[in-house]
Amino acid sequence: MSDASFDNRPIENEAQFGDFFALLKPRVMTLVVFTAFVGLLAAPVSVHPFVGFCAILFIALGGGASGALNMWYDADIDAVMRRTAKRPIPAGRVTRDEAFAFGLTLSVFAVVFLGLATNWLAGGLLAFTIFFYVVIYTMWLKRSTPQNIVIGGAAGAFPPMIGWAAATGTISTESVLMFCLTFLWTPPHFWALALFMRSDYDDAKVPMLTVTHGRRSTRKHILAYTVLLAVFAIALGFTSIGGPVYLTTAVILNALFIKGAWDITRRDEDMSEADNFAVERKFFKLSLLYLFASFGAILVDSVMTRMGVML
Amino acid sequence: MSLSKQHELHERRKGRNIGLGLTLAAFMALVFGLTIVKIGRGDFQVDPAEMSSGN
Repeated sequence: MSDASFDNRPIENEAQFGDFFALLKPRVMTLVVFTAFVGLLAAPVSVHPFVGFCAILFIALGGGASGALNMWYDADIDAVMRRTAKRPIPAGRVTRDEAFAFGLTLSVFAVVFLGLATNWLAGGLLAFTIFFYVVIYTMWLKRSTPQNIVIGGAAGAFPPMIGWAAATGTISTESVLMFCLTFLWTPPHFWALALFMRSDYDDAKVPMLTVTHGRRSTRKHILAYTVLLAVFAIALGFTSIGGPVYLTTAVILNALFIKGAWDITRRDEDMSEADNFAVERKFFKLSLLYLFASFGAILVDSVMTRMGVML
Repeated sequence: MSLSKQHELHERRKGRNIGLGLTLAAFMALVFGLTIVKIGRGDFQVDPAEMSSGN
C-alpha cells in the first residue's frame, strides 16, 4: 500500500491543535465567558461551583463553535480582510470542511451538555444563539444589510441571559436588560472601529453602514445608539441586581460614552483625517472599558450582596 | 521492503494528538465530576410517591 491516501499538505501547513483553538475565536470568547459568568453569579440562586464552572465552559464552547461555523462560511471574506487573513482557513492550515465538521460537532456537544448540566432552557437559549449567529447573521443578513452589526450584536448579547437561565431556569427583566446592555453597546463599538478601519470592510464588500449610508450618517447612528444604551444601562441599576457600585459606574460610564459619541458626531472627515481618527479611536477604547466595567460592577454588587456587605 | 516504526505523519501530528488526548481526559474528568455533584445533590432520586403510583 502506498502513502497516497495520507494527507499530503506541506508540513508548515499542517493544522496544529492551536489552529482548531483559533477557530473558536478565543478573544471573543473572553467576552462570552465574562458576561455569562456575571449573569450566572448575579442570579438570586446559588449554583454548585462545579456546575457553574461547567455551565460557563459549555456556553464558551457553544460561542466558540459558532465562531468556527462563522469562519467556515466567511472564509472568502476573511481572505480579503487584513485583520482576518491569517485565520486558519484563509492561511490554508484548516480546510473549510474540517472547520464545518468541527463547529457543528462542538455546537451539538455544547448544547446537549449545557442542558444536561443545568437545564434545557439554558441549553435551548444556547442552541438559539448559535443558530442566530450562524444562520440569521452570518449566512443571511451580514452580506445583505447595513444593519448587520446590530443583528450580529444580538448573538453576542445572549451569554449573560444564558448564564442567568442556567442558574434560575427562567428569563427575567434583569436578564433581558443585561442582554440589552451588550446588544445596544455593539453598534457604537463596531461603527467606531469601521470609521478608522474603513478599507478592510470596503475591500470585503460587506455592506457596512459607513459604505451604504455614508460616514456622516454612521456618526449620527453612533450617538443615537449610545443614548439608547444609556437609558437601558441606567434602568438595569434599578432592578434587583443593580446596586450602588453598578449605578455609580453606569452614570459615569454613560456620561463619558455619550460625550464621546457627541464629539464623534460633531466632527467631519477632514477633522478626523487631520488627527488620524484620534477621537474615534479613543471612543473605541472607551467602549471596551465600558462593557467590562459595567459587567464588573454588576459582579461586585452581587458579591457584596452575597457577603452581606451594604454600602 | 523495510517498514519504519515511526511514519513522518506521527511527528507532524504529534501536537494535535497530544492536545486531543488532553481534551478527552478533561472531558472524562468533567463527566465524572458532574455525576458526583448530581448524585450528591440527589438529582437522580425518584420521588417515592411517583414510584408507588407507577406500581
